[in-house]
Amino acid sequence: MAEILVLVDHADGAVRKPALELLTLARRIGEPSAVVLGAGEAAASLAAKAAEYGAATVYVADGPEFDEQLVVPKVDALTQIAKDKGVAAVLVTSSGEGKEVAARVALRLGSGLITDAVELEAGANGPVATQSVFAASYQVKSAVSHGVPVITVKPNSAAPETAPAAGAVENVSVAFTGNAARVVSRTPRVSTGRPELTESAIVVSGGRGVGAAEGFAVVEKLADSLGAAVGASRAAVDAGWYPHSNQVGQTGKQVSPQLYVAAGISGAIQHRAGMQTSKTIVAVNKDAEAPIFDLVDYGVVGDLFEVLPQLTDEIGAR
Amino acid sequence: MTLKIAVCVKYVPDATGDRGFADDLTVDRDDVDGLLSELDEYAVEQALRISEEADDAEVTVVTVGPDDAKDALRKALSMGADKAVHVNDEDIHGSDVIGTSAILAKALEKTGFDLIVCGMASTDGTMGVLPALLAERLNLPQATLLSEVSVEDGTVKGRRDGDAASEQLEAPLPAVVSVTDQSGEARYPSFKGIMAAKKKPVEELDLDDLGIDADEVGLAGSWTLVESADARPARTQGTIVTDEGEGGKQLAAFLSAQKFI
Ligand SMILES: Cc1cc2nc3c(=O)[nH]c(=O)nc-3n(C[C@H](O)[C@H](O)[C@H](O)COP(=O)(O)OP(=O)(O)OC[C@H]3O[C@@H](n4cnc5c(N)ncnc54)[C@H](O)[C@@H]3O)c2cc1C
Ligand SMILES: Cc1cc2nc3c(=O)[nH]c(=O)nc-3n(C[C@H](O)[C@H](O)[C@H](O)COP(=O)(O)OP(=O)(O)OC[C@H]3O[C@@H](n4cnc5c(N)ncnc54)[C@H](O)[C@@H]3O)c2cc1C
Repeated sequence: MAEILVLVDHADGAVRKPALELLTLARRIGEPSAVVLGAGEAAASLAAKAAEYGAATVYVADGPEFDEQLVVPKVDALTQIAKDKGVAAVLVTSSGEGKEVAARVALRLGSGLITDAVELEAGANGPVATQSVFAASYQVKSAVSHGVPVITVKPNSAAPETAPAAGAVENVSVAFTGNAARVVSRTPRVSTGRPELTESAIVVSGGRGVGAAEGFAVVEKLADSLGAAVGASRAAVDAGWYPHSNQVGQTGKQVSPQLYVAAGISGAIQHRAGMQTSKTIVAVNKDAEAPIFDLVDYGVVGDLFEVLPQLTDEIGAR
Repeated sequence: MTLKIAVCVKYVPDATGDRGFADDLTVDRDDVDGLLSELDEYAVEQALRISEEADDAEVTVVTVGPDDAKDALRKALSMGADKAVHVNDEDIHGSDVIGTSAILAKALEKTGFDLIVCGMASTDGTMGVLPALLAERLNLPQATLLSEVSVEDGTVKGRRDGDAASEQLEAPLPAVVSVTDQSGEARYPSFKGIMAAKKKPVEELDLDDLGIDADEVGLAGSWTLVESADARPARTQGTIVTDEGEGGKQLAAFLSAQKFI
């Protein structure tokens, strides 16, 4: 069967959920193999996890280059493996870095590139990807017509399914090409203990209507009662009320959860671009005319400082 | 020595308009007004700031696009860029990102540069990969998605805020950088800037000037194929209630019926 190469995104020694989604999607178009780069000691357990989700082979490469240089070492490794093994497609998670890695790999392989796929299926001439574009107002289906398809897939595009496979580990020694920007220092993000924004099944976001940094407490309390991630509009982020890493929208995170709750957010096109593919959308806003209400499955016209705490109490009482 | 800064800017359909696709499944550019991609204003801003810090610098804005793309160049010139390069050719219509990057790379080589500055993503294609492709094609280091950038003694430095960590990056010039909308508010063109822009040089280039064959780019030369583009049915508005003291409870009932709680 056609070998589909999946770059396994990992953090703190664990496979990130979007990589499991990629392995699941890869099975629709061939036989997945996984690539684990720069994981050090954790490589063996990451390989085992990849095998649990269907990787027949796991290519493992390590070296300080993966930590010390930006993007290029991963491009070197992925290109080398794709060429040596003659794979039929390369799948990477649609993160800032993932897309850049994929792009350079595509160019080196002489391949077309599709980014931000939300769905993947087998077609007559290779995989067909669905993209959700123009702030999710259009669905586009595309295929790669030249070379080995290189496709990046957005988190939350498929539910990970286990499918135990051999997971034979093959160590790879990469010829690094250099000419990369140097990572001088790295400050890890402090975990809040809440789910990752792009991976969470529920997201509760606050906007300018929250009024102040302290106001986010009602948003966080509701999020915690639902086991949700917290998001913010750019207006709230620009005001310094919440970190930029939590921004939802065109220039923030693109989320596609089962449930999205927008509190005190008007629904500007740039915000919608980041959340419009959510399955169920709920909004609480004082202004009955706010454009966000055009999108909602359920909307409450009201003060978020009244509605959110009451909702949180109701959830607590159940 | 003059520090030569090239800024890549894209002309895009206005995001607040009704964007859509033409019959050949390329972006419909006739029915919606275009403008300089808002995210490229941040690139122009950072290029101008870097040039203001340097002893001697020159900022050239470069675009690949149809006739109207000149508007994007004028905007960048009115913000303060010194000159512009416009690559325009019928045969470019429908290029994918691999093709676009080939054209831009050739145009940049012809223009000359020490530093290439891009936006983080265009507001239409939103791929966010063009800067990386330029780095690959021109064999330069990439320091991309920077929320802070500076140039000192032939080295570009910047901060990249990723999902898991915030990184401090460094690369020797020549290099490619892209900047995010966190890098600093873009300036508004002044009246003087707008008047001055009218006199600034805009160099026109076509594929011949760049030594690119028509069949390497455009729809025919694309390595991706759009099979269909369908407007999603607009979300139908659901239930809207007005809070009269029970709004939170009503919302809880909805969430419960949907099995979220
Ligand atoms: C290039 C570019 C990129 C951008 N990227 C993003 C992005 O990624 N994400 C993003 O969000 N925005 C982005 N924006 C900004 C976007 O255009 C809007 O300015 C922003 O989304 C507005 O945020 P908001 O809805 O919180 O604020 P506002 O539009 O000010 O809305 C606040 C809402 O809160 C309501 N409200 C006030 N008080 C209360 C209360 N007590 N209870 C209930 N409701 C209340 C008001 O009725 C109002 O509807 C971008 C803009 C540009 C130009
Ligand atoms: C909705 C949509 C989906 C698309 N999907 C794909 C796809 O999956 N695969 C594919 O190969 N192509 C795709 N394209 C085409 C692709 O977007 C264009 O080829 C485009 O020129 C390059 O990609 P981008 O606009 O996304 O640029 P990005 O990579 O998002 O742009 C980053 C930066 O590069 C610079 N830049 C980008 N384009 C230009 C330009 N023309 N002139 C000067 N500077 C520029 C700007 O500084 C910009 O901020 C798509 C286009 C659209 C409109």
